[in-house]
Amino acid sequence: MAEVAEPQRMSVAQLGMTNVLIEQGLDTDHMVLSMGPQHPATHGVLRVELVTDGEIVVKATPYMGYLHRCFEKHAEALEYQMTIPYTDRMDYLSAMNNEWAFCMGVEKLLKIEVPRRVEFMRVIVSELNRISSHLIAITTYGLDIGAFTPFLHAMRDREHILNLLEWLCGARMLYNYIWVGGVSHDFPPKFKERVAEFLKYYKPQAIELHNLLNENEIFIQRTRNIGVLPPEVAINYGCSGPMLRGSGVKWDLRRDDPYSVYPELEFDVVVPDGRTSVIGDCLSRHLVRSGELLESVKIIEQCLDMMPEEPGFDPHAAVPKRVKPPAGETYVRAENPRGEMGYYIIADGKGTKPYRVKARGASFCNLSTLPELAPGNLISDLVAILGSIDIVLGDVDR
Amino acid sequence: MNNFAAIFDNSWSNWLSDLGIAGLLLLPAIPLVFIAVYALYAGVYGERKVSAFMQDRIGPNETGKWGLLQTIADILKLIQKEDVIPSAADKLLFVMGPAIVFVGAFAAYAVLPFSPSFIGAHLNVGVYYAVSIVSIEVVGILMCGWGSNNKWSLFGAVRSVAQVVSYEIPAGLAILCGVMMAGTLNMQEIAALQSGINPNTGENNGLGLLNFFIFQSPVAWIAFIIYFISSLAECNRAPFDIPEAESELVAGYFTEYGGMKFAMIFLAEYASMFMVSVIISVLFLGGWCSPLPNIGPAMLNTWTNGPIWGVFWILFKGLFFIFVHMWVRWTLPRLRVDQLMYLCWKVLTPFGMAAVLITAVWEMYVRNPIK
Repeated sequence: MAEVAEPQRMSVAQLGMTNVLIEQGLDTDHMVLSMGPQHPATHGVLRVELVTDGEIVVKATPYMGYLHRCFEKHAEALEYQMTIPYTDRMDYLSAMNNEWAFCMGVEKLLKIEVPRRVEFMRVIVSELNRISSHLIAITTYGLDIGAFTPFLHAMRDREHILNLLEWLCGARMLYNYIWVGGVSHDFPPKFKERVAEFLKYYKPQAIELHNLLNENEIFIQRTRNIGVLPPEVAINYGCSGPMLRGSGVKWDLRRDDPYSVYPELEFDVVVPDGRTSVIGDCLSRHLVRSGELLESVKIIEQCLDMMPEEPGFDPHAAVPKRVKPPAGETYVRAENPRGEMGYYIIADGKGTKPYRVKARGASFCNLSTLPELAPGNLISDLVAILGSIDIVLGDVDR
Repeated sequence: MNNFAAIFDNSWSNWLSDLGIAGLLLLPAIPLVFIAVYALYAGVYGERKVSAFMQDRIGPNETGKWGLLQTIADILKLIQKEDVIPSAADKLLFVMGPAIVFVGAFAAYAVLPFSPSFIGAHLNVGVYYAVSIVSIEVVGILMCGWGSNNKWSLFGAVRSVAQVVSYEIPAGLAILCGVMMAGTLNMQEIAALQSGINPNTGENNGLGLLNFFIFQSPVAWIAFIIYFISSLAECNRAPFDIPEAESELVAGYFTEYGGMKFAMIFLAEYASMFMVSVIISVLFLGGWCSPLPNIGPAMLNTWTNGPIWGVFWILFKGLFFIFVHMWVRWTLPRLRVDQLMYLCWKVLTPFGMAAVLITAVWEMYVRNPIK
C-alpha cells in the first residue's frame, strides 16, 4: 500500500467551507440511480444510469438493448416480402412509414415503377400514421410533465385513425399494408370520404390540443430552456426529424431528399420561430410535433384531391411474383415521425433473400444525445428531456 | 364576551361525551366512518368519475349500478394482498409510517365543526391545533420514504417534507388573516361569527353569504387563494404532486407499499384533502352557515340554518373544494421542485404577509374600529 501523507491541518478560513466538510467526512457523495428498465418515464424498457448530486443529474448513461429482436439477422433469413411485418415492429407507432421505406428500397433494387394511385395511397396512410404517432408523442410528453387529460383526448382522436386503418387492412397498429410494388388492398368504397370527414373533425381538435398544452404556463415553465440542443451538436449526433428541426435546422427528407409524390405537395417544414421557445429546447421539439400535425392534415387533404380515380384498380398490378433483385446495394431513407428511417440493403442476386439489411432507427441516434443534454438538470428535467426526444424503444433497439 | 349559545350549542357532541367511555369512543368513530365512506365514494369513485368526465371517458360502470361497487371491490382486493415488507426495509419505520401519516390527518378532525351541534373537541385553540397536528404527517412521510430503503422513495419523502414544511408558512399567514377577522381560534366561534346572527341579541341580519369572511375584507380573497394553493401543496395534490410524481419518482414515498398499508396512505391523502377543505370553508366561507340570504318574506337563511342543515352545508362546501382539487388535478401539469419553492417563498409568502398587514389595519380601523 502506498504511503499516504498526513494532511496538514488548516483553519476554516483557509480551507473554505466545502473543504472543511470534505476533511471532516461530511461531504456528500454522488449517488448512482438506476432509472428503468421499469420506470414510467422511460417509455418502455430503457435503463438510464444516473449519477446524481442530490437531485441534480451529473451524468446520464442510457443502456439499451432490452428490446433487441435481431431484426437484421431475421431479415437475412427471410424473403424480402416476409421482412415487411418485421419492419412494422421497429417503430411500432408508425408502422406504415417503416414498411414504406423498406418497400421503397426493394423497389429501387428491382427498379419497379409503382402506380401513381398507389403512391398517393401510401402518402395518405403514412401521413395518417404520422398524425397518430405524433398524437402519442405529444401527449405522452404531457403525461411526463404531469398533464394526464390531453393524453386521453388524443387517444380519442387517434382511435378514429386506427379505425380507418383497420377498415383498410384489418390491423390497428402493425399493418403489413404496403407491399413491394403496391399495397395489400385498394381503398374501400367511401374510404376517401371518411378520411375527409375525419380531417374536418380533427382540425379543431388539433388546435384544442395545441391550446391545452402549449398555452399552459406550467407546461411552458417546465419545458422552456430545458435541454437545449445546439444545431451543430444535433447534426454531429446524426439527429433527425423533430429533434433536428427543434434545433432550428430546416431539414425534412420529404422536402430535401424527396421521394414518392412529395415534390408535388404543398407543405411547410415546421421549425420553431423562437418566440415562445428557446431554439433547441424541449418546448421547441414539442412545438415542431404540434405543428406537424396540421401539416400532415394539409398533405392528406391535397392527396385526397389529387389522387387519380381508377375504377377496378388492382393494387397488386405492379407487385412482382418473385422478388429476386439483381446483385447490388441501395440505401433508402424516409422521413418517419421520429426522423430518418433508413435501410441499407445488399442483394447478392442469387436468391430471394437479402444478403444484408441494415436498419437505421431515428430514435437510436436521437437518444444518443441524452448524455449531452442531461448533466446539470434536475431529475424532473431529465424526464422532460427524455420525453421530448420521443423515443420508441422498438426503434432504438430493433 | 360574546354569547354564542343562540347560534351553536354542541348539544350532540356534549350528549355523546356524557355517555362516558362509549360516547368518547363514538365521538372519534363518527369522523372515521365518515372518512371511510367519503374516501370510498367522493374520493376514489368521485375522482374516477370526475376524471372520466374531463377526459371524455365513462369511468367505472361495470361493478354494480353505475360502477358504485367498484371501490368496494378495490378495497376487497387490497385486503387480500400479501403484506409485503421489503427485506432491505427498516421494518419498524416501514410499518409505522403509514399509520402516522393517517393519524396526522385524522387527528385534525377533532376540531372540525361538522354542525352547530357537533364538534369532536371544543378547543379554544382549534385552528392552531389543526395546523400543528397535521405537521405530524411529515414525520410519517419521512419514515415511509426512509424506511423503504429505496432511492426513489427517499427522493419522494425529501421532496414532500421540503414542500409541506415550506407551504405551512403561506398557509399559516392566510389562516392568520381569517383568525384575525374572527378574533378567536375556536372553530365553532369562527363559523358562528359568519352566520349573520348577532351573538348578543340573537337577531339574524339575513345577508347570508355576504357575512362570510371572504366578503368582509378587501384582501380576504387573497388569503383565501393563498390558503387554497397551499392546501393543494400540503395534501401533495396536483399541480404540486411532485412527492409522488408518477412519471418521475414512480410513486414517491409510497413506491414500496402495497395492500392495506397503501390503502392507509391513500386514505390519509383523502382525509387531509377534506380536512383542508373544511378549514378553508370555516375560515372564509362560513363553515356550517347557510349562504342563502333572507329575501323579504322568503326567510331562506333562517330556514336553512340549524344543526341538520349545518351538516349539509359543511359537507357541501367541503366536497365542493374536493371537486375543485380534482378539477385542478386533471387539468394542470406538474411543477418542478425549484418552481414550487419559488412559488412558495417568493410569491405566496410576500402576498400572505401583505394580506396579514392589510387585514390587521382593516380590522383595527374599518371593520371593528377601536373605540
